[in-house]
Amino acid sequence: MTINETQDEIIEEFELFDDWEGKYEYIIDLGKKLTPLDEQYKTEDHIIKGCQSRVWLHAELQGDRVIFTADSDAIIVKGLISMLVRVYSGHTPDEIVNSDLYFMEKVGLQQHLAQTRSNGLASMVKQMKTYGLAFSALQKN
Amino acid sequence: MTTTSTIPFDIERIRADFPILDQEINGRKLVYFDNAATTQKPIPVIEALMNYYRGYNANIHRGIHTLAEKATADFEASRRAVRDFLNAPSAEEIIFTSGTTMSINLVAQTYGRHFLKEGDEIIISGLEHHSNIVPWQMLAGEKGLTIRAIPVLENGELDLYTFEGMLSERTKIVAVNHASNSLGTVNPVKEIIAKAHAAGAVVLIDGAQASSHLDIDVQDLDADFYALSAHKIYGPTGLGVLYGKRALLEAMPPYMGGGEMIKEVTFEKTTYNDLPYKFEAGTPNIADVVALKAAIDYITKIGKPNIAAYEHQLLQYATEQIGQMDGIRLIGQAKEKISVLSFVLEGVHHQDIGIILDQQGIAVRTGHHCTQPVMDRFCILGTTRASFAMYNTMEEIDKLVAGLQRVKKLMA
Repeated sequence: MTINETQDEIIEEFELFDDWEGKYEYIIDLGKKLTPLDEQYKTEDHIIKGCQSRVWLHAELQGDRVIFTADSDAIIVKGLISMLVRVYSGHTPDEIVNSDLYFMEKVGLQQHLAQTRSNGLASMVKQMKTYGLAFSALQKN
Repeated sequence: MTTTSTIPFDIERIRADFPILDQEINGRKLVYFDNAATTQKPIPVIEALMNYYRGYNANIHRGIHTLAEKATADFEASRRAVRDFLNAPSAEEIIFTSGTTMSINLVAQTYGRHFLKEGDEIIISGLEHHSNIVPWQMLAGEKGLTIRAIPVLENGELDLYTFEGMLSERTKIVAVNHASNSLGTVNPVKEIIAKAHAAGAVVLIDGAQASSHLDIDVQDLDADFYALSAHKIYGPTGLGVLYGKRALLEAMPPYMGGGEMIKEVTFEKTTYNDLPYKFEAGTPNIADVVALKAAIDYITKIGKPNIAAYEHQLLQYATEQIGQMDGIRLIGQAKEKISVLSFVLEGVHHQDIGIILDQQGIAVRTGHHCTQPVMDRFCILGTTRASFAMYNTMEEIDKLVAGLQRVKKLMA
């Protein structure tokens, strides 16, 4: 599945909810189900700076694909992260770098990306793309 | 003394003066409980800003034309209103700044830099906002000073017994807040000032939080410096006040150069203007200063004691209603408090609480409130803070309680 196909799939899933409560229940549920991040990666150098909650991100190259794992101490952010991981993980560095993230806006969660200061989510996307760039450079050497 | 349960002022009329409150957020009527961060503005303040720009925008203290004279007159009338608001001895002791933060920096960078020397000590408290920590740290780093903090007791009050022991002839400045933004604690500043003076120190009071809730009398307190922000007392943003005792302000060198702060400039030497202009370099924030008077007039009309009594009822009700919820831990239960309620909900991150409340149209602050030492003291990363103003209602507190119940249900 391409990055855009996954995004479209998430947008479709959110169309099932007609109120905010259902939407957030789902996000919270995704947060609870997110594959736990290996404790060894919950370190300062994996942390993404945000004012309010802590977010950890780990990336590694498996073959020609980038595998992301992440965690947060706030459950809604964790749910949002799980969607980002679902969108980006398992793709090639070039696919990640060249992708356009649109599902957050389409499902009405853009406010979570807009505020870089109150949460680390925008920084998280930036960091994922930075990993993409770094791995891409590595592959080309 | 008998207590009255009737509200001493017409809440509906007050609410009608704040047009911003009449709107929906995420389909719900806005409940604004982030007043410790900034208060909303009543119509007279908004109109004062508009009238100024529509009618007599001009630079002040220089022009001889009619607009300049009107602008100057209103600007100086506002300074006198601030003098009355603080009961300062004279209007020349009222300096306009960009906010509490700049007022504190001004004292640190002029008084502090000029009069303190290596080995001197500055005492702050464990309840301070970063704005009353960092300027002193910058000064301390530059001059080799020591900063000590008054410890905070479990109920959120300052440990005054320890404070007394910290005072010595090395203590040169004591800088504490009148009320804490993160816990609401009202500090016994009159007592703190008296003790600091006995040790020979000058005292700066950070009044950012206290100014909209408490009666302030700088002469009764005997404060050397008192700092506040206009936007926390229903006035405009980007404007603050520094009150300072005349003798201290006279002795202090200017902070910035240019504009109104000079008397005479030649390339060899500049003589500085008199107070308060010595500290007001450049074209000041004229429109906002003019509008500040409208804010002070508004507060005065309703009456600080009435506001304080009503806000106290709000705080009491919220403390009872939220305090008895399962899993809630109130942070800061000082005997004397302004209307700030800080709490943590067991097992739920404060950011999650903030997001879910926002979905229900309720604006609270979550996080460390720029008082990280306070959070460290209570071993928490942050709190949810509901802070009340004169236009809030008991029904809105009920909405907050219901909102928190939904948070609990969703997070379960």
